[in-house]
Amino acid sequence: MYRYNQTDTRIVEERVAQYRDQTTRYLAGELSEDEFRPLRLMNGLYVQRHAPMLRVAIPYGILSSTQLRKLADISRRYDRGYGHFTTRQNIQFNWIRLEQSPDILAELATVEMHAIQTSGNCVRNTTADAYAGVAADEIVDPRPWCEIIRQWSTLHPEFAFLPRKFKIAVSGSLEDRAATLVHDVGLNARLDENGEVGFSVSIGGGLGRTPIIGDVIKPFLPARHLLTYLDAVLRVYNRFGRRDNKYKARIKILVRAMTAEGFAAKVDDEWSHLVNGPSTLREQDVAHYASFFDDPDYQQVDSGDFQARRQAEPAFARWVERNTREERAAGYRSVVLSLKKTGVPPGDIQAEQMDAVAAWAENYAFGEIRVAHEQNLILPNIRESDLHQLWQLAREQGFATPNIGLLTDIICCPGGDFCALANAKSIPVAEAIQRRFDDLDYLYELGPIQLNMSGCMNACGHHHIGHIGILGVDKNGEEWYQVSLGGSQGSAATIGKVIGPSFARAAMPEVIGRVLEVYVERRIEQESFLETVRRIGLDPFKEWVYAKHH
Amino acid sequence: MQNIIKNRQVISDDWQLLRLNPEGELPQFDPALPVIVPLASWLADVERWRRLPGPRALWLAPEDDPALLLPYLDEIALIAVDFPSFTDGRGYSIGRLLRERYRYLHELRALGDVWQDQLQALWQVGFDSFEIKPGKPLEQSITALESFSDHYQGNYRQPDPWFRRSINSV
Repeated sequence: MYRYNQTDTRIVEERVAQYRDQTTRYLAGELSEDEFRPLRLMNGLYVQRHAPMLRVAIPYGILSSTQLRKLADISRRYDRGYGHFTTRQNIQFNWIRLEQSPDILAELATVEMHAIQTSGNCVRNTTADAYAGVAADEIVDPRPWCEIIRQWSTLHPEFAFLPRKFKIAVSGSLEDRAATLVHDVGLNARLDENGEVGFSVSIGGGLGRTPIIGDVIKPFLPARHLLTYLDAVLRVYNRFGRRDNKYKARIKILVRAMTAEGFAAKVDDEWSHLVNGPSTLREQDVAHYASFFDDPDYQQVDSGDFQARRQAEPAFARWVERNTREERAAGYRSVVLSLKKTGVPPGDIQAEQMDAVAAWAENYAFGEIRVAHEQNLILPNIRESDLHQLWQLAREQGFATPNIGLLTDIICCPGGDFCALANAKSIPVAEAIQRRFDDLDYLYELGPIQLNMSGCMNACGHHHIGHIGILGVDKNGEEWYQVSLGGSQGSAATIGKVIGPSFARAAMPEVIGRVLEVYVERRIEQESFLETVRRIGLDPFKEWVYAKHH
Repeated sequence: MQNIIKNRQVISDDWQLLRLNPEGELPQFDPALPVIVPLASWLADVERWRRLPGPRALWLAPEDDPALLLPYLDEIALIAVDFPSFTDGRGYSIGRLLRERYRYLHELRALGDVWQDQLQALWQVGFDSFEIKPGKPLEQSITALESFSDHYQGNYRQPDPWFRRSINSV
């Protein structure tokens, strides 16, 4: 993984000093609430329902064991002994004291971490395929490009005060596992016929109150031009994006107003002045960043015992089937640690669990951990011969629920339990659904279903791209829940459609149950839930869900 | 008189900033002292402003197009850019355009909701004088110009990004 050089270290330390000074001035009354807000947000500090929340950046979702131990340490000393992994591959601490936030940032700096631009109207933490570098279907490793973007976006002097937040996602595989099409900029790395790396650039995707699938405005941007092109995109957005209404301020609104073609032409015009400038990446630059992401020292793996145990132990076989993925390297797998155990808020992790995962990564996985945007942890590069042992360890820590990709692997924002923006709670609804559908055989029988839930239309739980999406809404001070069907992420991403009027919280498990009944009734052979929804449309679901039942 | 930071020093100057009143009219001003004219007023009657004795100056609102100034850049001694709110980032792009694309060489001033936490970024994108918002400290604003000792990106002050300066040939 990437390691800081002296410049990186100094910049992060100087940022801590700057933020400490800003916090001191605020507490001394020299900065007003309104003045301090954008400053603290650019360091990831929100003021929530109960206490300030600190969001720590995990650049493109990669953590070392040392870093994860530090997060555990911080959660014990400055919070309540746990953290929450987000849908943007970051971690949040929910019970921070404002006065201590500079100290936490100083702690993070000691392990090459920070909270820079994890909030605010600026370029946010770049996200990527959690299987980058190990995926069997990878064409181009996105990690070096993510690091290049991280550095470019960090404290960029021109783009600190954009009209609204700006999110970039990078994928380099056949299958887009980074939801690039619902980002402000999505980058899909490709090779041209000469083997040159480039990006298909999509623009203006996003969820929130106006869900839109991004438009590809550059089918193949040669990779050396990445930064000058991003500068051009951001400059057009910075100058012309709406600032009069924060709900119309995302780049997608500008793209829609200008049309994708019009926007692309404007960017090209801007880019014509920047292209081939000093920010053009040379071969040695790319090689420098790529050198941090060389393959680990793979060994020949004897998988005989693994195969035998798989035959002999159905529970192990099931876990291997659901919670591990084959990698490009023979004999190695990525292990998904499920943070979706029933009764635990999706994405939450205790300090002891963080320490345990850090140790496993060191013992079995070259000291590296990934955070998936589905709010699970991934240990890449596990020898098949170690899987049985790791499975037992994962079970002891409550990480082995074999539900990855199934209905109960719910993506869920913190919702009204924590978030000041939320209209409704989301965690109790997720738990009620997990409790109702706790029969693994039934879940397996249903096959892959992505259920995503957000507590408000800001859509942190990505409800629009869930096969089943749930959105918490407020009706006269009461919590209600709207259901949509047919959303999906990936290279053919779609926005789900709302099936009708919203439901009371208590009804939600039953509503989901009826949706599933329609699927089971109407599916053809091996058809997945999403395929059935696409084939038969919403009407059969509406009819059954809203029918009077006795 | 207003407090200006320029060349890392606090100076006061007597430029008169002319803002249109709600009726869209220019306020009264002392023709003996230099004025900073709104872009629209400048464009509407360039000769009028040229007849004034002092050096010529004008200011841009964040939505103004700096390209409109191209014919005049050689004769203008000062361009100011207004930051109506410190979270309005459009002026940063205006600064880079004026400096890097249009090669404007004279004074470029940030005014409005401007104080220490923006200064270094404003400097990087080309501003070289800062009218600090009344009530905000001045000395700290000067030290804030040194908040960061290095930057990843290329900018007006250092066109080469970090990687180009630091990574040697293959």
